[in-house]
Amino acid sequence: MAEQLYWEDVQEGTEVTPLSKIATTEMLVRWATAGLDFNPLHYEDANAKAQGQAGVIVHGQLKRAWLVQLMTDWIGEQGALKKLACSFRGTDTPRGMAMIGIPKEGETWWCKGNVTKKYVEGNDHLVECEIWVENGQGTRTTPGSAIAILPSKG
Amino acid sequence: MSSSLSEADKTRLLEELRENVNKAEKSVVVEIDKSMIRRFAQAIEDPNPLWQDEEYAKQIGSGGILVPPEFFCTSMMSGGGCRPEVPLPYDRILDGGGDWEFLLPVKAGDTITSSAKLVELREKQGKSGNMLFLTFETLHKNQHDELVAKSRGVTINLE
Amino acid sequence: MASQLFFENVEVGMEIGPLVKHPTSRQLVKWAGASEDFYEIHYDKDFALSTGLPSPIVHGRLKAAFLGQLMTDWAGDKGIVRKLSCTYRGMDIVGEDVICKGRVTQKYVEDDANCVECEIWTENRKGERTTPGSAIVVLPTRG
Repeated sequence: MAEQLYWEDVQEGTEVTPLSKIATTEMLVRWATAGLDFNPLHYEDANAKAQGQAGVIVHGQLKRAWLVQLMTDWIGEQGALKKLACSFRGTDTPRGMAMIGIPKEGETWWCKGNVTKKYVEGNDHLVECEIWVENGQGTRTTPGSAIAILPSKG
Repeated sequence: MSSSLSEADKTRLLEELRENVNKAEKSVVVEIDKSMIRRFAQAIEDPNPLWQDEEYAKQIGSGGILVPPEFFCTSMMSGGGCRPEVPLPYDRILDGGGDWEFLLPVKAGDTITSSAKLVELREKQGKSGNMLFLTFETLHKNQHDELVAKSRGVTINLE
Repeated sequence: MASQLFFENVEVGMEIGPLVKHPTSRQLVKWAGASEDFYEIHYDKDFALSTGLPSPIVHGRLKAAFLGQLMTDWAGDKGIVRKLSCTYRGMDIVGEDVICKGRVTQKYVEDDANCVECEIWTENRKGERTTPGSAIVVLPTRG
């Protein structure tokens, strides 16, 4: 793991270390079977089209899981995630696996965040962050927020 | 699909593949638990209580939830992930078929060690070029080192 | 479960099944997870088309498992499926019925085991056998 982050290292405006993701149809099928969410919107092209989408779309809950990973990676082993919320504002289409090779523009997602507030509550040293998933065009499809406890240097 | 490899590379990989026969081996360990079996039975839509119902298992004295024999047909137990990696000269890969022998009952809670080996390579000239038939044999042993099943599977590699 | 089949009840030529399966894309996704086979030709339509297939196809090993169910259903709680083999000869398309059938080809006693050998296969609605194979089951006797 990366070096432990401390509460004292963080200011308002500090960037949460970004995390990149590439959603593929395989990732969606793995998510469906691991999380037992078998809504065909996420793996059956015809079903997705019948529901008005251009094709299968990424599970909102998968994007939320990415944001959880963004936070847990950043706060390290001694940090604790207290709260995380996000809304599914825009849809995302997985990378087309028929195109073997490097992903196209817009097929890499970034999970990002900024510290919006730092404070102490009881014995806990807390940070509040604005977080989001953005697509390759920079559109924030999954905005949210998180609160975490960081260790203090004392 | 056009091959990404030159003729010289294909020839070299085929040579390497031939050298792997009876050499390339791999073992994987799978702890078979109840939820794995339930998910399997649900996936094939097999309602047989032998695979899911502990009470029923008690009544008939099977000693626990049984693993359906065809669980060994999965890729997890006898396919891709459990086989040794061998060089394949061509792009197209097909699963040709398999056969499975079930020697002892397997129950939820057993830990199975599957050891696979490339045991045969047959080469044939097909319509579109060379065809390779790779036979992998896998021996499955339980936590008491008893042989519970044997699998053979054929992978076809087409030019 | 159905009543137990006994060795004495079986004759060469006896038919097994049919067990009719209707593999949907949902079933293929469940199978992908349960069997850990995530090859995209079984669920990604564009990928399947790019490899020259007409649509996503049913996993060969899922058809092998269907044949396993055909035999465990037939052998009953006290029967034992000893051997199963099959060849993935033809493709089956998602959404089309896969019909599992079999026929007894031989019965014999070997080392006190009452063995029944069967020809088994899956066929589509056109009657084409896409997954031919064979099986051996050991059945109890009435005693």
